[in-house]
Amino acid sequence: MARASKRKTAAASRACPRLKKSPSGIGGFDEISGGGLPTGRPTIVCGGPGCGKTMFAMEFLIRGATEFSEPGVLMTFEETGEEMSRNVESLGFNMQSLVDKKKLFLDYVRIEPSEVQEIGEYDLEGLFVRLQHAVESVGAKRVVLDTVEAIFSGFGNAGMLRAEIRRLFRWLKDRGLTTVITAERGAGTLTRYGLEEYVSDCVVSLDHRVNEQISTRRMRIVKYRGSSHGTDEYPFLIDKKGFSVLPLSSIRLDHKVSKDRISSGIKDLDAMLEGRGFFKGSSILVSGTSGSGKSTVAAHFANETCRSGKRALFIAFEESSAQVTRNMRSVGINLGQYFQKGLLKFHASRPTQHGLEMHLLRIHELVDEFNPEVVIVDPITNLVSENLNEVHAMLMRLLDFLKDRQITAMFTTLTANRGAEEQTEVGISSLTDTWILLRDLELHGERNRCLYVLKSRGMAHSNQIREFVLGRIGVRLLSAYVRSGTVYTGSARLAQEAREKAESLREQQQLEEKRKEFSARRDVLELQISALRSELSSGEAEFARLTRQRNERQQRLALDREEMGKVRGVTPANEVVNS
Amino acid sequence: MRTSKVKANPPKALGAGNSKDVTLELRLYVAGQTPKSLIALKNLTKICEEHLQGRYRLHVIDLVKTPQLAQNDQILAIPTLVRNLPPPIRKIIGDLSDAQRVLVGLDVRSQAK
Repeated sequence: MARASKRKTAAASRACPRLKKSPSGIGGFDEISGGGLPTGRPTIVCGGPGCGKTMFAMEFLIRGATEFSEPGVLMTFEETGEEMSRNVESLGFNMQSLVDKKKLFLDYVRIEPSEVQEIGEYDLEGLFVRLQHAVESVGAKRVVLDTVEAIFSGFGNAGMLRAEIRRLFRWLKDRGLTTVITAERGAGTLTRYGLEEYVSDCVVSLDHRVNEQISTRRMRIVKYRGSSHGTDEYPFLIDKKGFSVLPLSSIRLDHKVSKDRISSGIKDLDAMLEGRGFFKGSSILVSGTSGSGKSTVAAHFANETCRSGKRALFIAFEESSAQVTRNMRSVGINLGQYFQKGLLKFHASRPTQHGLEMHLLRIHELVDEFNPEVVIVDPITNLVSENLNEVHAMLMRLLDFLKDRQITAMFTTLTANRGAEEQTEVGISSLTDTWILLRDLELHGERNRCLYVLKSRGMAHSNQIREFVLGRIGVRLLSAYVRSGTVYTGSARLAQEAREKAESLREQQQLEEKRKEFSARRDVLELQISALRSELSSGEAEFARLTRQRNERQQRLALDREEMGKVRGVTPANEVVNS
Repeated sequence: MRTSKVKANPPKALGAGNSKDVTLELRLYVAGQTPKSLIALKNLTKICEEHLQGRYRLHVIDLVKTPQLAQNDQILAIPTLVRNLPPPIRKIIGDLSDAQRVLVGLDVRSQAK
């Protein structure tokens, strides 16, 4: 114990997770534990019956043998080796072949109190001998003791048992064996026999509870000496691939960000988002009342993604794939072709089919398998169960997971009619980067759809409310029709447009009349001008005639004088000077 | 309290009459030369000599040397005395310090009288 406490202080003074860890190979567990179980130390996995303790231990062992080339020893106190191999066979593990390859050693310890009589003093050296033999025969690095506390029911000497258990853990530690010890949960304590008192390096608690008739399994790392770890309760599942813990990446908040853009598939919506659409890897929330066109927006996005040759995963909780395909054809979207090309994957399931975690896990698995660039969940609201916190946590984890992989995610969410539209039921609005709100405007006896971008982080988005029109060729967003302070939509817009058209027609007619009137006046004036002009020119002609007459008269006078001079004998020069 | 339960255990049907004719096959599992093992061996030898003269075969199995044998007889506690024959198998764990109870456990008490 003294040594253990020394270790504790040593680990604390280092204050960083420099502890060596052995990966368990269990999906998700290594992430939350920061690398796996403490190498060379015992770990207690405790929980009630049927919560998956043995499964956890088995997977740790088998993955160790197959993936990390660390041979293992399974010492089981409750089930025989054969039963055990049959159990894990259903998960796709072939234990017998591992045993044959000397990568695994099975030892079934049967404790039958009825055929044993205790006379005098004894100890459990036999257990140590068997364990040692097992470890040596395969060179084991990992050991699983499945419900070692079964020995408490097999022997009467409690004091001796406690001493031996303590010795066992010491023994395992001294040999540097990474050990998983399963233990039954006790009333009010982690384990029935208080094993956690002996092993306190790492304690993992498993839980299995039923809520609203849907069961969920949970895991919590109660303690991990000398290491940081996720402290939450993480849901986990045991399915055909084994044990999976969720989520994979909720401890960090350091996603890569991208400056790349991805089109929404609606040209007018892209225009509202700086003309370039969403950021790649961002999360988009489309909220609205029922029938406001959320699924259509989602389908456009899927369509656009596939059109540009990228893969999209569409998770539908309301409609089947055939139904969505048919319905979207009415707005001119042909999703069927992308199914064939393998670009679009559809996953339709009832929200009530599984618990939340199962849904989340399915999404994780699908993303892993399909590796899409875009994930669409329509609608996320259907996952809402009684426990809102749970949903919130789950969605946060899903978002983290998708962001971490640079997957653009679009969620649609239904808001209650006439309720506070800006408050999503699931409360995930704060988690998403872009929030598109679809709402109905009830005016003049009809409902019209409107769309606006409530927020979009990192871009100067339009603040305009646009009318959202579903047509044969898809969605169009009409510019807001604002006149004298009112936004007109639907037939009110049409009426207003007609009114304005009539007005402009009338104006034009008035103008035409004015034009005619003026041209008539111009004609009159021009006539007057030409009259004046002819008057002027006749005046000029008169003047010219008079001038000419005078000139002619003078010439004649001069000639006459000359004639007269000749007659009188006077020189013409004198005559000219005088004249 | 455990011991009292075990005491009540031996079925009377396999009583004295049976054990008289059958040779007992006994195995004593020990792990090296530990004090408990040595005491157990000493006690057992004494019991056998006193009560089972000529009607027993005793094998002492040292698990330190042959650990693989522990699995077959499901040995956990050391020392363990196993009565293989006649069936059913009986196990007595401990240093065998109470000869009378050992004989009850081996179902051969009547011989001692």
